[in-house]
Amino acid sequence: MRFDWIAKYWPLLIDGAIQTVSLLAISVSVGFVLAIGLAFAQVSGGLISRNLSRAYCTFLRGTPLLIQLWLLYYGVGSLLPLVPGLRQSFLWPILREGFFFAAVSFTLNFAAYQAVILRGALLSVPKGELEAGRAVGMSPFTLVRRIWLPRAIRIALPTIAGEVVLQLKSTPLAFTVTVMDLYAVAYKVRQDTLLVYEPLIVVTLFYVSLTAVIARSFKFVEAQVPIRR
Amino acid sequence: MAASQMSVWELLSPYPPGWGGMLLTGALSTVAISACAYAIGLAIGLAGALGKLSGNRALVFGLNAYTAIIRAVPELILIVGLYYAGTDGLNRLLTAVSLPTIEINGFVAAVSVLGFVQGAYMTEVLRGAVLAIPSGQMDAARAFGFSPFLAFRRVTLPALLPNALPGMANLWMSITKDSALVAVVGYQELALATRLAGANTKQYFLFFLAAAFLYLAITLVSNLVFTALERRVRRGQPQLS
Repeated sequence: MRFDWIAKYWPLLIDGAIQTVSLLAISVSVGFVLAIGLAFAQVSGGLISRNLSRAYCTFLRGTPLLIQLWLLYYGVGSLLPLVPGLRQSFLWPILREGFFFAAVSFTLNFAAYQAVILRGALLSVPKGELEAGRAVGMSPFTLVRRIWLPRAIRIALPTIAGEVVLQLKSTPLAFTVTVMDLYAVAYKVRQDTLLVYEPLIVVTLFYVSLTAVIARSFKFVEAQVPIRR
Repeated sequence: MAASQMSVWELLSPYPPGWGGMLLTGALSTVAISACAYAIGLAIGLAGALGKLSGNRALVFGLNAYTAIIRAVPELILIVGLYYAGTDGLNRLLTAVSLPTIEINGFVAAVSVLGFVQGAYMTEVLRGAVLAIPSGQMDAARAFGFSPFLAFRRVTLPALLPNALPGMANLWMSITKDSALVAVVGYQELALATRLAGANTKQYFLFFLAAAFLYLAITLVSNLVFTALERRVRRGQPQLS
């Protein structure tokens, strides 16, 4: 076991950790907002929006994230240059990056899993609370904002914590589309120094401690809003 | 470029120069990898669950470490790490006892790594299911003088399946999708076959979409199978919702 390479590679490791954490943060926050829309489409939408949302969730939950990522990166990525004018636009430097495709596909995937969880939570909010809200004359939007959504999020919170950890564990896939995330740095160290296990162990420690941090913070938030059983 | 003149159906046709056959073979090998890894995971999981419930301190500590570590580390890292560590370790072991080193078959390596990972998740699913069995049932079996094996076969197993099947179904779905990760270590299954087809024809979008639908088909068919299985093991029980 040799760990002297850390002295040389630590700036890269920190950059990689930042990439990993930002992929996680982007996909969880944007994905959660998308999931709220998808879940409400399934719970209270019309026939068309309900089925569209359901088909979206089935498709994204039924196919591997790796395939979705490659479909976007290789598939859509190879079609993008055909869009007239896109190459000259200011967006092109972003659209060329693997990071963009990884962030988009992780977000869409997280939204699908999260929507199914939120849907169940929305349905398990006691009917009486919603009726009470309507009885005091809340508009549908106020009802969602003040009662329905906060209650559902609280119910789903333990499941969301697990889902965020699963999302963290799928971020290394980004390395297959040239993102220099933490795992990609470990891969580079392995190629440079021919050490196989040490970089993997260091990176693993980071993932495990980040998992602990996520679990702790969700525990903390849960303790702030106790739930009555 | 010849490929650009081919229509969608020609590209997807199962006979060369179409790439459909390659995708279908890839899908078959995905199913084969998943099924073998699932069987290994089931065996490890069953042994692990019974070990965790046995109450032997050292055994419980070891198994807790196994499930905690495997479930906390990203699958991709586990698969790559175990793939190299496994083949490398086995060859070192063989050299140590002065046997010739062997080239490990990609299929065997992929299946054993995925099965080892799957075993950790399966241990937890089965442990929870065993704990949910009312203890009176085991007491009754012992009172009748069942041997431990007979009690397992006649009481524990049938009582555990209804509790465990939803979790086992989830694990099957996740292993069919996780098997795509062995593409990264270069074993040819559906994901890698698709990438090759895409690279050769430059029709990435078409082939990845086709692969996605193949995975979706695997998932949907498995869903039907597990629903039927669950109905079978739940027969005679009150209906859920």
